[in-house]
Amino acid sequence: MEVLYDGIIQAFSLMISLDAEVLAVTLLSLKVSCGATLVSLILGLPIGTLLALARFPGRRLVVSMVNTGMGLPPVVVGLFVTIFLWRNGPLGFLEILYTPSAMIVAQAVIAMPIVAGITMASIQNLPATMKLQVLALGATRVQMVWILVREARLPLLAAVMAGFGGVISEVGASIMVGGNIKGQTRVLTTATVMETGKGNFDVAIALSIILLMLAFGVNYLLTVIQQRERPR
Amino acid sequence: MKRWIALGLVMVMVSAFSAWGGAKPVILATTTSTQDSGLLDLLVPQFEKESGYQVKTIAVGSGQAMKMGERGEADVLLVHSPAAEKKFMADRFGSRRRLVMHNDFVLVGPATDPARIKGTSAQEAMGRIARSQGLFLSRGDNSGTHAKELGLWKGAGVVPEREKWYQQTGLGMGQTLDVAAEKRGYTLTDRATYLAHKKRLGLVILVEGDNALLNIYQVIELAAGKNTRINSAGGQAFADFMVAPKTQELIGRFGVDKYGAPLFTPDAGKNPASLGI
Repeated sequence: MEVLYDGIIQAFSLMISLDAEVLAVTLLSLKVSCGATLVSLILGLPIGTLLALARFPGRRLVVSMVNTGMGLPPVVVGLFVTIFLWRNGPLGFLEILYTPSAMIVAQAVIAMPIVAGITMASIQNLPATMKLQVLALGATRVQMVWILVREARLPLLAAVMAGFGGVISEVGASIMVGGNIKGQTRVLTTATVMETGKGNFDVAIALSIILLMLAFGVNYLLTVIQQRERPR
Repeated sequence: MKRWIALGLVMVMVSAFSAWGGAKPVILATTTSTQDSGLLDLLVPQFEKESGYQVKTIAVGSGQAMKMGERGEADVLLVHSPAAEKKFMADRFGSRRRLVMHNDFVLVGPATDPARIKGTSAQEAMGRIARSQGLFLSRGDNSGTHAKELGLWKGAGVVPEREKWYQQTGLGMGQTLDVAAEKRGYTLTDRATYLAHKKRLGLVILVEGDNALLNIYQVIELAAGKNTRINSAGGQAFADFMVAPKTQELIGRFGVDKYGAPLFTPDAGKNPASLGI
């Protein structure tokens, strides 16, 4: 228990003194995970909307794949992204392995199905008659989709939160495609793994606490936005 | 407000995508022990300052580091698995291999020492552990330490793989030491990692100082002929830096302030035969 106590003390002293390395690691975590969440939104929102509204052969298969993808193991994603980004891999010419960009790619792959899945569920949860009503009132198809997405915007923020929460806390993919390089690709989770390996449990606990506070802060912000207007 | 949040997110992403640039980076594939001991945190910034190259240190086991070298996914290796290195060089994946430093492995275990290995030779100790079926924790991860351990079992004529008392963690050295401490088992560790973890372990050194326990680190430049994407100039610059007199002096002093004795002995320019390899 003494270790835990030391770690908590260490966490606050690192935060109050604005330790340059911890600050850089924290900012990079935020950058990478925000970037990945943004990419996953750009891809996941349209896919989720399409799956919710369109009917096409093989839809059930795609929906099952998205639902499975919501629990995609980060190490599996990390492994495949690494293989693709190897110098001699299909995307090797990009030369982004062991850079923050590679981590954004991997994390976006993890978050995308989460965003798509929740988007699909929240649009499907709208009253079934709504689509018909909107169309009956003379909206075009594009307008109809836009109105439904707007109507589902509050549950959609849950998709953002779940996506962000999934990637900021993941370590398997980040350590594989990022390499945990000091000053370049070291983020809170990979630094925690390394400090644990080094036996610096107090620093590891401090980093964990900072990670928790960061995740809490971002989610709190989104929750405030979500709760500002009561769902009708 | 929403617009500002969106704008902020875009800026964050753009800056994350543009967070690198400049000279072609050097990918150094090395073992966890060089990173966990803190040595690379001292040497890498020094090299970056002197050469202008940016180093990407990927700390994995020696086996994986050499696999990365074979595939041309690294530019230079710093590894400690002499037998595997020999094969790596014979297969012409590496162009040049030079001695950098050594420290030693030690056999650690609970102070009660149920297999009575204290003070024996490494080979005798392995035999005694097998005969008394004392719990032994193996890295089991194809690292340099794991390779050394397998060599010791072989020397003692023991095949431990299927035995109940032989458990493989598949983890790094630090975590394997933690497991050994919790289960009161024996394990083979490099001295540097043991010293870094010693304060909370409750494991003691039982066998040390045997020539069979030397832990020798060498730097390997990769043969460019095999792969055009390898940054040979950067790899060579790093290898040259590792054996330069000034670096060797830094290595020889590393750890004195924290542990009272150096963690590594610099070896550049020595005849490998003098270390028995």
